[in-house]
Amino acid sequence: MIDWLDPLLLARWQFGLTTLYHFLFVPLTIGMSLLVAILQTAWYNTGKVHYLHLTRLFGKIFLINFAIGVVTGITQEFQFGMNWSEYSRFVGDVFGAPLAMEGLFAFFLEATFIGVWIFGWDKLSARMHLASIWLTTAAVSLSAYFIIAANSWMQNPVGYELNPETGRAELNDIGAVLFNPIALNAFPHTIVASIMFAGTVMVAVAAYHLSKGNHIDTMRSALKFGAFANIIAFAGTFLTGDGLSLAMTIAQPMKMAAAEALYETTSSASFSIFSWGTPDGSSEIFSLRIPALLSLLSTHTLNGTVEGLNDLQAQYSDLYGVGDYMPIIWLTYWSFRWMIGLGIFAALVSTAVLWVTRAGRRQAAWIWKVAMWTAPIPMLASLVGWTFAEMGRQPWLVFGLMKTEDGVSPYVTGWEVLTSLVVFTLIYGVLAVIEYRLIIKAAKEGPDEWAELGDRKTIDPAKLATVY
Amino acid sequence: MDLNYLWFGIVGFLFIGYFILDGFDFGVGMSLPFVTRNDQERRVVINTIGPIWDLNETWVIVGGASLFAAFPLWYATLFSGFYLALLLILASLILRGVSFEYRHKGHGAKWTGLFDTFIMIGSVVPALLWGVAFANIIQGVPIDADGNFTGNLLTLLNPYGLLGGVVTLALFFMHGLIYLALKTTGEIRERARSLATIVGLVAVPVGGGWLLWTVLQHVTIAHVGFIIAFAGLTALALVAAIIMVRLGRDGSAFIAMALTIAFALLTILSALFPNVMPSSTDPSYSLTIENASSSPYTLTVMTWVAAFAMPLVLAYQGWTFWVFRKRVTREMIPVS
Ligand code: HDD
Ligand code: HEM
Ligand code: HEM
Repeated sequence: MIDWLDPLLLARWQFGLTTLYHFLFVPLTIGMSLLVAILQTAWYNTGKVHYLHLTRLFGKIFLINFAIGVVTGITQEFQFGMNWSEYSRFVGDVFGAPLAMEGLFAFFLEATFIGVWIFGWDKLSARMHLASIWLTTAAVSLSAYFIIAANSWMQNPVGYELNPETGRAELNDIGAVLFNPIALNAFPHTIVASIMFAGTVMVAVAAYHLSKGNHIDTMRSALKFGAFANIIAFAGTFLTGDGLSLAMTIAQPMKMAAAEALYETTSSASFSIFSWGTPDGSSEIFSLRIPALLSLLSTHTLNGTVEGLNDLQAQYSDLYGVGDYMPIIWLTYWSFRWMIGLGIFAALVSTAVLWVTRAGRRQAAWIWKVAMWTAPIPMLASLVGWTFAEMGRQPWLVFGLMKTEDGVSPYVTGWEVLTSLVVFTLIYGVLAVIEYRLIIKAAKEGPDEWAELGDRKTIDPAKLATVY
Repeated sequence: MDLNYLWFGIVGFLFIGYFILDGFDFGVGMSLPFVTRNDQERRVVINTIGPIWDLNETWVIVGGASLFAAFPLWYATLFSGFYLALLLILASLILRGVSFEYRHKGHGAKWTGLFDTFIMIGSVVPALLWGVAFANIIQGVPIDADGNFTGNLLTLLNPYGLLGGVVTLALFFMHGLIYLALKTTGEIRERARSLATIVGLVAVPVGGGWLLWTVLQHVTIAHVGFIIAFAGLTALALVAAIIMVRLGRDGSAFIAMALTIAFALLTILSALFPNVMPSSTDPSYSLTIENASSSPYTLTVMTWVAAFAMPLVLAYQGWTFWVFRKRVTREMIPVS
C-alpha cells in the first residue's frame, strides 16, 4: 500500500514537479536571450529594419517566458529549506555557497538589466541598450553555471570534508566545487540544449507566418537563423554529451549502467537503440544494437569495460551497507534514449526545413506544419534529460553521502506538503496555460507594425519603449 | 571579530534592502484600488515600478541564499518551520510577478482586472506575513534540541506576531504611497499624498505600540539600550515622513520612510542578537550566531565574494534608478 500522506513521497513529487516545471521555462530563457541579443546586434551593425522587427517579436516571447522562469525560481530557492531541512543542515556549508554566488553575481545582474532592456529603448544610447541585452544573456548563463555547479556537487561531491563533531559536510576547497568535472561538462551541455529549443521556437514562428504568406523576407531570415542555431546546437549537445558521459561514468558508474540497463559487467559493450523485454532485463525479446558504442561513450575506447548493475550493487552494499542501490532502471533506460532521440528528431526537422526551402524554392504545406509541431521537442528532451540525471542518482540525494530519505524535513507533515503540492500544481497549471496562450498570441501577431519605420538613424526610440 | 557576526550584519543588510525596495512595490500594488480610477491610471502606477520590481524582489532571493550559505541551520529551521506561511508568500510573489508582465498582453478588461486583483493580493499577503514571521522570530518559537520547529501555522498567529504583520502592512503601504507621490504627477500624486497621511496616522499608534511591546519583552537583555534607541529612531523617522508628505517634499519623505523601515529592522536585529532564532521551548536550544553558522572557510570565501560583488551590485542598481528617475505621466502611456 502506498501511503499517500508520506511526507517523503510528497516532498519528492513536489521537488521533481516544481523543478521540472521551472525547467519548462529556463531553456527558452537561456536560448532566446542569446538569439535575441544576436538579432539586436545584427540590427545595430547593419541598420536593417527586419532585424529590429525580429528582435522585438522574439524579445516579446522571451519576456513572457522570462516572467514565469523568475517566479518559479524563487520556489526552488526556498524549497531546500522548506522540504529538505535535514539536507540543508547537512550540506549548507558547501551547497549554499554556489547558490549565494549565483544570487550575488547572476540574479542581481539579470534582474537589473532585463528591466533596463525592456524600458530603456528611449532612455539609453543604442549602444548601451544593446549592452543591456548582452549583460542579461551573460547573467542568465552565469546563473545556470552556478546552479549546475551546486547540482553537480550532489552528483559528485568534491572539495569538502565530513566534520565528525557536527556530522556535517564542510567546504574545504571552493575551487573544486566550482570546477567540478561534472559541472564543466553539464553546463555547456545544458546551454546548447537550450539553444536548440530557442531555435525550434523561432523556426515554428517563422513557419507559421510563411505558411500564411506574411512578412516573407523577414520570416525567411528568421527561419534560416533558427534552423542553423538548432542544428549547430545539436552538434554541440552531441559533443558535450559525450564529455558528460565520460565524466559521469567516473563519478557514478551506476548511472551509466542504468542508462543501458546493463546488468553484467561487459567489455566492448554495445548500446541498444531500442529493446523489448521484461523490465528487470533478465530476458530480452528483441533489441537493436550498435556494437561497442556504450564502451565508447563511457570509456572513450572501443573495448573498454563497463561495469554492470549487479557488480555495482554488490560493491555498494559492501561499501555503504546492505541496501538497494539501483535507480529505477526502466526510467533511466528510456529517459536516456528519449533525450537523445528527441534531439536528433528536432535537428532532422531543422535540416529538412532548410533543404526544402533552399534558394527560395516553393514549399509544400506539410513542412510548415511539421516545423510548428516540432517547437516543443527540444524542451521535452531537456526535461527527460534532467529526469535521467536526477532519477539516475537515486537512492542518493548526495551521491555516496546522504540518501534522499534522510534529507527530508522531519517535522513538516504530510498534510502540509500535500497542501503545498496542490497549491503549486494549481497555480503552475493555470500559469502554463496562460503563458502558452500569450506566446501563441504574440507569435501570431507577428512583428509590430510601424508604417513609418525608417533605418536606425531615423527611428524614434520612444515608439519602442514598451510599457506594461 | 568573527566572520559569523559580520555575516549576521550582511544578512541583516540584505533583508533591510529587501524591505525598503520591495516594500514600496508592495505598497504600490496595494494602492491600486485607492489611487487610480481607470486603466490608464493603473498603467501609470504599475509603470512606476515596471523597470525595477524584479531587481527589488531579487533581494529576497539573495537574502535567502546568503542565509543558506552563512547560516544553514537557521535557514533549515526557519524555512521548514514556517512552511505554510512561506507557501503563502511564495504563491503571492508568483502571482504578483507574472501579473505585471501579463496584465496588458491579454484580451480585454476582464483579463486585465483579474491580474490587477492578483497584484493586490500578491502585495497585501507578503506585506502582512513578513511582519508576522519576523515578529515571531524575535519573540521565540518552539524549537527542539535538534533545532527543529515543533509548532504549526497557528503557533505563528499570536497577538504579538499578528500586530507585527499589521505594522509591516501599514509601513509598506505608506512607503508605496510616498513612492507614488514621488514618481507620478497630477491627480494620482494628490491622491497618493493624502492617503499617505491617513495611513501614516494609523501607522504611528500601531507601530509605536508594537515597538513598545518589543522593548518591554526584551528589557532584561543587556543591550536593551540599543533596542530602545532603534525603536525611538523608527518612530522619529516615521513622524518625519508624515511631516514631509504634508509639506509636499516627496523626496525627503521617501528617504524618511526608507529610514523608518531600516530602523524597524535594526530594532528587530538588535532584539535578536546574539540569537538568530530563540527557542521558546528551552533557551539552551536557541539557534545563535555562533551555533547556526557555516564553517570559517565557507564564511571566508563568502566574505570575499560579497566584498567583490556588493559594491558592483549597488553601483549598477543605483545607476538603474537614475536612468529611470523621471516621473511617469499619462502621456507616456500609449493609447491602446
Ligand atoms: C535538447 C536536449 C538534449 C540533447 C539532444 C541531449 N541532451 Fe544530454 N542532457 C540534457 C539535454 C540534452 C539536459 C536536460 O540538459 C541534461 C540534464 C542534466 C544535464 O546536465 O543536462 C542532460 C544530461 C545528460 C547526461 C547526464 C548527466 C548526469 O547525470 O550527470 C548525459 C550522460 C547526457 N546528457 C549525454 C547526452 C548524449 C550522449 C547526447 C547525445 C546526443 C545527449 N545527451 C543529447
Ligand atoms: C532544472 C533542472 C533540474 C531538474 C529538471 C531536476 C529534476 C528533479 C527531479 C525530477 C527530481 C525528483 C527525483 C525523485 O523524486 O526522486 C529531483 C530531485 C531533486 N533534485 Fe533535481 N532537478 C534539476 C536540477 C536540480 C538542481 C540544480 C538541484 C540542486 C541545486 C537539484 C536538487 C534536487 C533535490 C534536492 C532533489 C530532491 C531529492 C529527490 O527527491 O531526489 N535538482 N530533481
Ligand atoms: C533546483 C535548483 C534551482 C534553483 C534553486 C533555482 C533558482 C532560481 C531562482 C531563484 C530564479 C529567479 C532569479 C531572478 O529573480 O531573476 C531562477 C531563474 C533562473 N534559473 Fe533557476 N533554479 C534552479 C534550477 C535551475 C537550473 C538547473 C538552471 C539552468 C540550467 C536554471 C537556470 C535559471 C535561469 C537561466 C533563470 C533566469 C531566467 C528565468 O527566469 O527563466 N535554474 N532560478
